[in-house]
This record gives sequence, C-alpha cells and structure tokens, in this order.
Amino acid sequence: MIPAAFEYAAPKTVAEAIALLRGADSGGKILAGGQSLVPMMRFRLAAPNLLIDITRIPELRIFKEESGYLRIGAMVTHGELERSAMVGERYPLLASTARVVADPIVRERGTICGSLVHADPAGDWGAALIAARAQAVVTGPAGERTMPLDDFLVDTFTTALGEDEILTEVRVPTPPALSGGNYQKIERKVGDFATAAVGVQLTLSEQGAVEAVGIGLCAAGPVSLRATAAEGMLIGKVLDDASITAAAAAAATQAEPTADTRGAIDYKRDMVRVLTSRALHAARAAIRA
Amino acid sequence: MAIEAPSAPVLGQALKRKEDPRFIQGQGRYLDDIRLTGMLYMSLVRSPYAHARLVKIDKQPALAVPGVLAVITGEDLAGLGLHWMPTLAGDKQMVLATGKVLFQYQEVAAVVAESRAAAYDGAAAVEVEYDALPVLVDAKHALDPGAPLLRDDREQKTNQIWHWESGDSMATAAAMAKAEVTVKQDVYFPRCHASPLETCGCIADMNKATGRLTLYVTSQAPHVYRTVLAMVAKLPEQMIRVVSPDVGGGFGVKVGVYPGYVVAVVASIVTGHPVKWVETRTEHLGSTAFARDYHMNVEIGATKQGRVQALRVHTLADHGAFDSQANPSKWPAGLFNICTGSYDFAAAFVDVDAVYTNKPPGGVSYRCSFRVTEASYLIERAMDVLAAELKMDPADLRRKNFIPPERFPYTTPLGWTYDSGNYPANFEKALGLIGYDDLRREQTERRARGELMGIGISSFTEIVGAGPSAQFDILGLKMFDSAEIRVHPTGKALARFGVRHQGQGHETTFAQIVGSELGLPAADVLVEEGDTDTAPYGLGTYGSRSTPVAGGAAALCARRIREKAKKIAAHLLECGEHDVEWADGKFRVAGAPERAVTMQDCAFAAYTNPPPGLEPGLEATYYYDPPNFTFPFGTYVAVVDIDPGTGEVKVRRFLAVDDCGVVINPMIVDGQIHGGLTEGFAIAFMQEIPYDSEGNCLASNFTEYLVPTAVETPHWETDRTTTPSPHHPIGAKGVGESPNVGSPSAFVNAVVDALSPLGVRHVDMPLTRERIWRVLREHGVVSA
Ligand SMILES: Cc1cc2nc3c(=O)[nH]c(=O)nc-3n(C[C@H](O)[C@H](O)[C@H](O)COP(=O)(O)OP(=O)(O)OC[C@H]3O[C@@H](n4cnc5c(N)ncnc54)[C@H](O)[C@@H]3O)c2cc1C
Repeated sequence: MIPAAFEYAAPKTVAEAIALLRGADSGGKILAGGQSLVPMMRFRLAAPNLLIDITRIPELRIFKEESGYLRIGAMVTHGELERSAMVGERYPLLASTARVVADPIVRERGTICGSLVHADPAGDWGAALIAARAQAVVTGPAGERTMPLDDFLVDTFTTALGEDEILTEVRVPTPPALSGGNYQKIERKVGDFATAAVGVQLTLSEQGAVEAVGIGLCAAGPVSLRATAAEGMLIGKVLDDASITAAAAAAATQAEPTADTRGAIDYKRDMVRVLTSRALHAARAAIRA
Repeated sequence: MAIEAPSAPVLGQALKRKEDPRFIQGQGRYLDDIRLTGMLYMSLVRSPYAHARLVKIDKQPALAVPGVLAVITGEDLAGLGLHWMPTLAGDKQMVLATGKVLFQYQEVAAVVAESRAAAYDGAAAVEVEYDALPVLVDAKHALDPGAPLLRDDREQKTNQIWHWESGDSMATAAAMAKAEVTVKQDVYFPRCHASPLETCGCIADMNKATGRLTLYVTSQAPHVYRTVLAMVAKLPEQMIRVVSPDVGGGFGVKVGVYPGYVVAVVASIVTGHPVKWVETRTEHLGSTAFARDYHMNVEIGATKQGRVQALRVHTLADHGAFDSQANPSKWPAGLFNICTGSYDFAAAFVDVDAVYTNKPPGGVSYRCSFRVTEASYLIERAMDVLAAELKMDPADLRRKNFIPPERFPYTTPLGWTYDSGNYPANFEKALGLIGYDDLRREQTERRARGELMGIGISSFTEIVGAGPSAQFDILGLKMFDSAEIRVHPTGKALARFGVRHQGQGHETTFAQIVGSELGLPAADVLVEEGDTDTAPYGLGTYGSRSTPVAGGAAALCARRIREKAKKIAAHLLECGEHDVEWADGKFRVAGAPERAVTMQDCAFAAYTNPPPGLEPGLEATYYYDPPNFTFPFGTYVAVVDIDPGTGEVKVRRFLAVDDCGVVINPMIVDGQIHGGLTEGFAIAFMQEIPYDSEGNCLASNFTEYLVPTAVETPHWETDRTTTPSPHHPIGAKGVGESPNVGSPSAFVNAVVDALSPLGVRHVDMPLTRERIWRVLREHGVVSA
C-alpha cells in the first residue's frame, strides 16, 4: 500500500512536460488527477521513476465550445464537466455520464483525458465519447496530431499515444438540431466501475428517421466498444419500440464481456441489451423541440 | 465557593454526543496517530496459498533492504514457545506459521524496520518456498472421507471441530411428526466482514528500564488482552498496561487477539524499541475475524390454522482454519439457540456441527451478540416460508404465534428466560405506521399489472448483555462489568469503566446514567475508558453488553456513592440519616422538603467537612453481575420494488420500531439504529467474502467488498415502544446490534415477497442484481 520511491516534477507548460517525458527515458509518467495512477502505484502495479504533474499547466484547462466542437482540455475534471450549465443544456450524453463516473470525491480530481489515457475498458468516458464521435488531440515533440477516439483507444490499458506524447485535449462535435444523448450504467454501488454501461448519441431527421447514431459500450470487451451493427441497423429507421429492441439485441450480440465478481457473461450481455434499449429511449426523450 | 445547581433529569434527553466535537474535527487520537520516540514499524509476510507446506524461508533478501532491522519467523517464535497461541474458543492458533499454512493471507513472517516503507519493502523481499497442498474450501465437503485433513496438529484426526446440541430432540421429532403442516428450508448466511473504517493495529512498547510492557492496541476488550498477554507471553500481569485509544469502529472484529499483536510484542522485546504494526485493508479483510458463514436447515411444524408447534434446526458452521471465534467459552455456537425468536414453540431442537476449512478464522463479529443474527435471520425467514405454505399473510401468521405479553418472564423450549416483552403492541404500532393494509392493496394492483413489489416483515427478539456469571465466562473470566466513580470536591465526577466504546457514545450515555443517579448535569461527568492502568476490570464492549452490564454497574456504583452522600447530607442537614430522602435530585428532610442539600454540597463536605467517624472522600467501585440477559425486540418493515430488466431492488421504505427498554438518549439510539440498518442493508444486498476453488479470497479490498454510501442507503424511518427490563437497574436493554440482527430478514422477506407470484420461496443473500435477474430468468421473466 506504499508506492515505490519516485521523483516529482511540476512543469508549467506542455513543452516542458514533453521535454521531461523525453528526458525520463520511458520511466516518466504524467500525473493528472491521480485517480487511476496513484492506486496503481500503491499496489505497485506502476512504479514510475518520475511523476510529471500537469495540474499546473494553464493551457490544459481549456473547456469551451469552438468551431463546432466542445474542447475538453487535459485538466478538465469529471466534476467540472458535471457542473457545467453549457454541457447540461447541449450535451446530455456527457452530462449523464459525468454524474455516474466514480464518486463525487474522485470526480473532483479525476480528468476525462486521464481516464481516456488509462484506457480501462470499464471506464465510462471511452464508451460515452465513442458514442459522441469525439476526436483525440495528441501533442508530442513533433507537434499536434488529431485522430478519432476509436483509433486512440487501442486495447486494454493501451492507446495510440507515443512515449513522449500527451493527450492535450479531446474534442466533442457539437450536436446539430434534433439531437439527444444519454448514458446508462449499472454499478454495484457509487464509486464502482460499471457492471455494464451504454452511451448513445442520436440525431433524428425532420421526418423522425435516425440520421446519425453513436452507441458506445462500456465493460463489454477488451476496449471501449462501438456497437457498429446496432448503429447500422438504426440508420434511416424510425426509432420505435421494434427498431430499438432489434438494435439492443444486436448490441448485446456484439458485446464480449468477461466474467468477474460484477457478473457472469450472460448477465452482462443481457444488461447491454437492457441498457442499450433504455439509453436509446432516453436519448430520444432528450431531444429538444 | 460557587456550586452550580443540579439540572433537570438527564436520563432520556437527546443530548449531543460529548465525543463528537473531537471526532468530527479530526481530533480523535487513534492508534495510528500515536508516534513514540524511536518507534519501529512492522509488516507481515502472508501466505499466497490457502493450504501449503512451508518448505523454506529466506530472510537474507529482506535483511539486505536498507532500514530493515529484523525478520522474525515461526521457527524463531518456536524457540520461545510462542509460535502457537490459545484462542478464546478453546482451540489454538498459529502466530507465525511453522510446518504449513492453512489459509491465504496467513501470517508467515514479520519484518521490522526503521520506516513503514522499509518494512513493506522488506516484507516483499522475504523469499518463501511453498509446496501446495489440496485445498478444502466448501464446508459441506469438510467431513467427506476424501477431504484433506487440515489440522494434523490435533489429536482428533478429523475436520470436525465440535458438535453442539440444544433442546429436546425426541420431543421435537414427535411434535414434528404429528404436525399437520411442515416446511423445510436451506438458508445460508454468507461469510461477511464488519470491516470498520480503522483496521486493526498496535504499538508494543517494552521498556527495558522498567521492565514494563505497554500495548497500545485497537481493542474492544483491553482487560481481556492484558490477561491473555500475561498468560500467552508469560509476563507478570502488573507489568502489562493495555491502552485502547479512540477506536475507529469495532463491531466485534477487535475482540480477539491477533497474531500481529503477539509478534509486535516479541519484536519490541527483541529490538528494545516500540514497534508499530497496522494492517492494510487487504490484510484486514483477508485475515481478521469474519462474520457468520452458517449453513442452516430449518423445519417448522404447525397446525393448518398456522399455530407453530415444533422447530428443528441443523447447522453446519464454517470456522476457517482455527476456532478462534470470540464466544463465551461454554457456548461454542454462542447464543444461536435464541432461534425460536418471538414465537411460542412447544418443542425445539438445534444442533450445530463446526468444521475447519482453508479460510481465515473468526465467526463472531459484525454487530452481533454471539450468533443471534444468524438465529434471528433464520426464524424470521422460516416464518415467511411457513406463511407461503399456508397461503397466509405473514403478518397474520406472526400475530397468531407471538409469545403473549402476560407470559413474561417467558422460558423458551431451548432454555432462555425472556425478561420482558410486548410483541403485539410493538408489531401493531409498526404496521399501523407503515400503512400495512394499504400497501397490501397497492401490491395487489401492481401485481395485476405485472409489477414486482414486495413487503417484508421482521419481528425479531434479540438476546444481549452477556452475561450472568453462572454460565458465562471467557477463558474463565466471568462476564460481569464494572464502574468506578470519583466525585471531586467541586461536585464534578470522573467515571471509569471496564468496557471500551468504539462509537457507541458511552462518554455521553454513561454520563447521563451517572448524572441522573447523582443529580449532576451530564456535562459534569467525565467518562473514561480504555486504559487498564486506570479503568476497573471489565470484559469489554461487544454483544450489545455495555448498557445492560456496564450501564447497570454505572447506576449501582452511583447509588453506592449516593448511600455515602446521604450520611453526609444528614450531617449537613443536622438530622438523622433515616430522615433524609433523595427526591428530585436532592437530599431532603422528610416532611420538610425545602430543607435540602445537593450532591455538590455533599461532595464538597466529603473533603472539607466529613461527618465524624466517616471516611473522607466520595468514591466507589461496583462490579455488576447481571442476573439475566436482556431481550430487546422490534418490528421492521421493508417495502421494495424490483426492476425486472436489471434485477435491481429499490428499497422504497424501511421502518424500524425498536423496543430497547428505557432509553438513555434517544438521539444516540436513533444513530445506532441508522448505522446498524445500513450494515444490515449491505449484508442483504452486497456483502460477501467468497473464495474460489483454490481458496483465494475474492473480496480482499473495497473494490470487491462493498460498503454502501449515502447514495445507495435507503431513508430510515424509526420509532419506538418502551418495555423496561425488569431486572436492569434502570430498565435499559441495549440497542447497538438490534438493527443489524433484525433487518436482513426484513429485506430478504420483502424481496421474496415480491418474487412470490413466480413461486419463489427463498433466495440467499446477498441479493445482488444478478442473483435476482437469474431468478427472474429461471421463471421466464424477460424485460427491457
Ligand atoms: C474509487 C474510484 C472509483 C472510480 N470509478 C470510476 C468509474 O466508475 N468510472 C470511470 O470511468 N472511472 C472511474 N475511476 C477512475 C477515474 O475516472 C480516474 O479519474 C480516471 O480514470 C483517470 O483520470 P486522472 O486524471 O485521475 O488520471 P491519472 O490517474 O493521473 O492518470 C491515469 C493515467 O493516464 C496518464 N495520463 C493522465 N493524463 C494524461 C494526459 N493528459 N496525457 C498523457 N497521459 C496522461 C497517466 O500517466 C496515467 O497512466 C475511479 C477511480 C477511483 C479511485
């Protein structure tokens, strides 16, 4: 329960942080909210030589709508997003996710970007932001590159981030008119990771047909999963009980949960079905006239 | 000199807790807050195997870690005869393993170092070679012919620890055979753990200069520790001082003596320094006293009209690797034979078989008066199973079978004599408050729509306050408890007790008892517990015994003071002692009540102007041996709704109507009820320590062993009835454990009631969503 010895640095700029990462020669780790890293260090599952604390870098606090995106900087915490009136109004998927990540204490420290870099398939932001079709903005010695979150999240605890790169920002497309979203999660208690969870981002046409839909599954495979089959089935359809039931069944079929103390495979798979259905219903209800 | 007038009566007032300001402000002084000069730290090496031969321990890599001073193994302790220690239950237990290990996380070696970090690094560096042995996890296979023999150190070459019986088996068999209706049900109370916020730990400080050992330790029973240490370590008892500082929750986990304490004492003797050892959460969940793990089978025989006649219970008790449960010595299954509950059975018979498995030892803890929780859960569950068989409302079945108020004191077929009770009054109050009949009507409507709503009742009887000395002792120590009161010249008092609170509020409630007996404000009575050098001898706080036993001692000790003060009052009032009366908190002259002196007047005179011939001073000690247990009771009602898609149970309402006799402080009683109900809720819905087939503990931290937060916890509604205990000096009964004892059955009864239209009669705890979902699936319910 005591971490191995380590050095600590608190740079003031992204450039400095990247330089420190390079200098540490794979022994460095970025410290954001510390809500995943510090527990790992206490269990000695992680033993970095150098902790690079990015909490004092002002440029990473960016949190605003700009050019069709909501820009969420690396130091934006779950709690900050949860309290944002703008998110509450225009990003119901994000708002309903922020409310169920961890517990209020963890939410005040943990960051959205830290959660994405941690790349735990049971993390909520991966599933929610895949549904939202978010972009990852990565900065390294050679500058900035942007990629769909689907490409950023590679495998369990593995991302496309290079050793000397930082996830500086995640960008969420601002939903057009007739859009709604929702995140549904089952957890054993507050502060628990999901037994199963599903995020949905939805846009309907004037005629009520599904124009765009994103469905992200949490704890349903080695990495946050896009329910491609379910998405494909819904495009162009009217969102009614029949199409929702069929999409929910398809999402459950695509899920590959593993058995653990949170549940057996059959239970978790069925929860993907139940939660997909509920998230679709709720996303439709969240569309404002 | 200015002396305050005595205040209004202090018993029954909702005084704010005196201890809270320091706890709330983070100013409590817990074990880990204590840092002594030159203090070293100890960390334990624990077994990763559940059953394995110990082949070799290599200390060298640990000794090479900077800061590590010593590594202690079982073989080292064997040289001192300390590698095994006696348990409170009459078994023995390894201190550090020699020969083999018997459960995962068993203590194998200790590393002593200059810092906590070095001690951890050292413990990780010790190299231990194991040779895995076949593992016995399932108690139901412990007595199979092919089962591995776990305790080859014992003469009896079997995994059976003991067999225990209570009641008349022949009469019960006869009554059961004649009964018009019988029901039979397997009921498992899972292995769980109280897991208080503060884990266990100690600082052993052997002072070489004085030869005196001070043990600071998280203990609910410091005096017992002193005596056990004297016996185990063969130290003279006057040379041992046990100090239990503020304790961050105990719930029974901090009654037994753990190997780490013994090793820390040895480490302090060896190094000549104070040695601190504090468990991690994983060590705590993985090795200290678990709770329950009772596999029960219950049968009830009844008439067709629902009058119960016979109760038969067979239980298989999983005790883990050692029988180290903290039970009264002559009661291996504790007070489990309270399982006839609130009902009038003509015949009953209970037997318990205890077995060893490759799991950590324990059994009696988690806010439970020695297995009363298992007993209460069993009978309340069984009554609902019978009601289902008879197609009768469970409330009506209970009404038919309550022990009637006029039959108290009532002796059960299993030998307990209940002191007092008025079950129907308490029951009807609860059902009226919750609106039982309306709820049943609502349920009928919802069921017609296919909705799953359930109502569960528990009308339990507890047994607390161990215990009368004729039958109750721990290692021969009779289970009395004690109080010592000193009234200072200015009329303020210091009251010390042999018990040790861990959140129960003694600093307030005992001050209220003493204050009300002496006519002093509670604020003027300082309560102190936990230091064996200053407190009178006592057996400690657990089993809801503090108020029934130490609370009795408090009142009687205060009355002893009052007797002496009366002589002083007569002197001050210049009248004969027989002319002095104690009325409205003052000594008054009979027939002339306006001529009065206060306790403060008498206290001042005790030191400044004692009557000729009377010993000066105003102090007393009282050892109270209770004539009987007390029997609190209550009615709890849970209302639940089940989500058919996910299996989630929502507790819509929960009402607890308790009867704990005379209430000392209603706010503290409510607080105890709230806390215990939250634990009962956790046990019913989320807590279990499961083991895989290799004996690996699957809930060794708070990610897997779930403690509910304010978010999950239902809103608690509470109320009371008051039936005083006839034998307790102030009529109080003890309340700390009632909510944990009484609530699991209410939750489970409600869930089973919700599922009963599907034909479900029982579901074992914990009632996780997945478990409910599976029951729904098995009965063809699929929902979105
Ligand atoms: C009790 C508890 C309950 C939790 N429950 C949930 C839950 O229900 N759902 C959920 O989704 N999560 C949960 N979490 C995890 C939580 O969301 C974490 O906050 C989040 O996973 C990590 O964010 P952080 O800012 O704390 O990152 P840190 O812990 O500081 O870092 C995590 C990892 O990411 C790296 N890193 C962080 N930021 C960057 C960056 N900008 N660029 C490059 N690398 C970076 C670090 O080096 C580290 O490897 C829980 C955590 C706790 C302690």
